[in-house]
Amino acid sequence: MKILVAVKRVVDYAVKIRVKPDKTGVDTQNVKMSMNPFCEIALEEALRIKEAGFAKEVVAVSIGPSQCVDTLRTGLAMGADRGIHVETSSSFLPLTIAKILKSIAEVENPELIFLGKQAIDDDCNQTGQMVAALLGWPQATFASKVVLDKEKHVATVDREVDGGLETLCVDLPAVITTDLRLNQPRYASLPNIMKAKSKPIKKMTVQDLKVDIKSDIEILEVTEPPKRKSGVMVSSVDELIEKLRNEAHVV
Amino acid sequence: MMMQKLRRSGELIRYGSKSLINLRPNKDSLSRSVSGFVNHYETKGKHFESNVGNYNTELHHGCLGRNLGMLQQYKCFGSSSASKIQRNPLFSSLDSKDVSYFKEILGDRNVVEDEERLETANTDWMQKYKGSSKLMLLPKNTEEVSQILQYCDSRRLAVVPQGGNTGLVGGSVPVFDEVIINVGLMNKVLAFDEVSGVLVCEAGCILENLATFLDTKGFIMPLDLGAKGSCHIGGNVSTNAGGLRLIRYGSLHGTVLGLEAVTANGNVLDMLGTLRKDNTGYDLKHLFIGSEGSLGIVTKVSILTQPKLSSVNLAFIACKDYLSCQKLLVEAKRNLGEILSAYEFLDNNSMDLVLNHLDGVRNPVSSTENFYILIETTGSDETNDREKLEAFLLKSLEKGLVSDGVIAQDINQASSFWRIREGITEALQKAGAVYKYDLSLPVEEIYNIVNDLRGRLGDLANVMGYGHLGDGNLHLNISAAEYNDKLLGLIEPYVYEWTSKHRGSISAEHGLGVMKANEIFYSKTPETVAIMASIKKLLDPKGILNPYKVLPHSLFSH
Ligand SMILES: Cc1cc2nc3c(=O)[nH]c(=O)nc-3n(C[C@H](O)[C@H](O)[C@H](O)COP(=O)(O)OP(=O)(O)OC[C@H]3O[C@@H](n4cnc5c(N)ncnc54)[C@H](O)[C@@H]3O)c2cc1C
Repeated sequence: MKILVAVKRVVDYAVKIRVKPDKTGVDTQNVKMSMNPFCEIALEEALRIKEAGFAKEVVAVSIGPSQCVDTLRTGLAMGADRGIHVETSSSFLPLTIAKILKSIAEVENPELIFLGKQAIDDDCNQTGQMVAALLGWPQATFASKVVLDKEKHVATVDREVDGGLETLCVDLPAVITTDLRLNQPRYASLPNIMKAKSKPIKKMTVQDLKVDIKSDIEILEVTEPPKRKSGVMVSSVDELIEKLRNEAHVV
Repeated sequence: MMMQKLRRSGELIRYGSKSLINLRPNKDSLSRSVSGFVNHYETKGKHFESNVGNYNTELHHGCLGRNLGMLQQYKCFGSSSASKIQRNPLFSSLDSKDVSYFKEILGDRNVVEDEERLETANTDWMQKYKGSSKLMLLPKNTEEVSQILQYCDSRRLAVVPQGGNTGLVGGSVPVFDEVIINVGLMNKVLAFDEVSGVLVCEAGCILENLATFLDTKGFIMPLDLGAKGSCHIGGNVSTNAGGLRLIRYGSLHGTVLGLEAVTANGNVLDMLGTLRKDNTGYDLKHLFIGSEGSLGIVTKVSILTQPKLSSVNLAFIACKDYLSCQKLLVEAKRNLGEILSAYEFLDNNSMDLVLNHLDGVRNPVSSTENFYILIETTGSDETNDREKLEAFLLKSLEKGLVSDGVIAQDINQASSFWRIREGITEALQKAGAVYKYDLSLPVEEIYNIVNDLRGRLGDLANVMGYGHLGDGNLHLNISAAEYNDKLLGLIEPYVYEWTSKHRGSISAEHGLGVMKANEIFYSKTPETVAIMASIKKLLDPKGILNPYKVLPHSLFSH
């Protein structure tokens, strides 16, 4: 069995996000970029499945500018067997990414596709669902536990939903998106970094994959959230209640 | 939402909670005799008469208990023979006229008599040293500092300069009833030159606030330490704080370009230059760097900051023996030279302690080894720097210098590696009694003292070594279930003598404060200390500035 894992290069989550002065997007110049944390979790899960003997190969895919190779190298150093880099200088919205992943899936024929439940830059939480829909595969999103049954060819997935867990059984091939508590990703060790150097990364372009990249979404403006107003000290409980009632309108 | 949640969860990593009580006992006597050194000394045939003649030249053994005046036990932990210092009877006691005067110059608000606030200001960060001051003054500018000191000097009221109160040797809190002068309200950035990177600011600026300010300009402070959220730049200068970036940017003696300080009699010394080069006479600002508030109150600082570089990489490495750590350091300097920004080490006992006492910490490498090293690089080219670090580590792995290791792939991973190194202090507090030493030693000797002490103490205690290996700075810590005199007797003066024998320093970066004032002779000759005493006498004839600290009490007995 082969597992495909999508890994996105994003602004490191510990970096304070700055909006570009011209409001066309987020400033990424001289900013630390890392693998999206949910993608790391997705990759870790795929690796564990492989180590448990359920899969033979883990393939990491990244779509974006040339530096995505660094993200793929990280994936390979964690243990992925090979990488696919779809190089493009434009930044795509989830539907385009889903189309690209679909056409890669058609070539690679994986039985499982792992994605993070969302990327921490755009917070879209759409790509996994779209890939599943385009492929016509079952999907299990927000996974916090994944158990494979090789014989029955199904995956049992615990999902984190509001107020508790939902357990799903999906037939393979399937798409699974990962939540924070699924696992704790491993570090890239020196021996594995060394091994990663000889693992292949295949370059592709959007044209190779014959994907229509026309987007029907246009971004008009990116702005910072309004600054929080500073609080006020109230002198009594009565004043607090009065403010909650008449200013905040919450009681 | 989730992005926020995740970002937030990463933040808790860098700072541990405040440590609880650190119960380090004091060794009250020093066996080496230094009698008579203060009065005369000869240099190159010239005869100098020192002007400290009225200082008692014999070391004062507090426990011999002169029962004169007020005798106060200021430290009582961990040793039954706790040291006692006598309050200098020449100092006046605060009266209501003093308070009125201070209110006149500072305004009511900035003269603090509130018990709760005084309780905090009287107690040090480790909750180990506690004074009983009845007054804290919060001046807003140099002029006010000057007026306060002029008055205190004329009244012979002793004072203790206080910054963020994060010092680790009891220097920032009163021993008795000294008036606390805290410059925390003097927290303005005065100038920043984006060409030269020179920052001029008031002494009460909190280090982290300066770092945040500089971040918006694309610069960083040349020093960084765990206490950055509280400590003041004035406190850093006064302790000559080292920290994590020293290996890269050097000590404050190099990066501080100028100072303004007020001496005991209220004189304002304007040495606030912003020049990198200025060889005109004695460079007096250096006297105030690291003198722990004993010569004057620092009111303004001019400091050379560094451009913020975009590429930071961190590796957590395992080594099988100390010799490998040392060889790796030499190699790292040679191969990573221009990008090396930290080289920290810890032994496996320290690692175990952290794993056992801190939540959510895991050993980044899969195998247990005897030593772990953090190597950080800071440079301007992410791809190049990373390749360089990888190539260096892989070569070291092949050579057998390194037995395993990981490289952080994102900032969260880097924070969790730092958490191990920076969490040791906190873990030690949780583990029970701890005896702490901050030593400078030749790098090749550093771990010998740990081994020797382990042999000496056997099962009595857990001996740990960690620290800024790149700077030759060992934090030697002895952790035991509880304090006991037998153990202490085996540690001291052994550790000080050992350090002295190897020409090390008994205080690499924390200073002497009240904790080690009497131990200075282990690292400085009597002749040197005599000059220090003369300088103290010159700048502070009545000894009102931070008494009982830094220099041996004997020199100031009455
Ligand atoms: C968690 C933690 C980590 C630390 N890590 C390091 C480290 O890596 N490296 C290191 O070197 N130190 C370290 N320290 C100790 C370090 O000395 C202090 O954190 C810091 O430099 C002191 O600054 P402060 O403003 O808190 O000064 P305080 O603690 O208030 O005072 C320290 C001394 O300076 C004097 N002083 C303070 N302000 C002035 C002033 N304006 N004028 C004259 N004298 C003044 C005081 O009288 C006292 O003697 C650490 C401490 C903690 C709690």
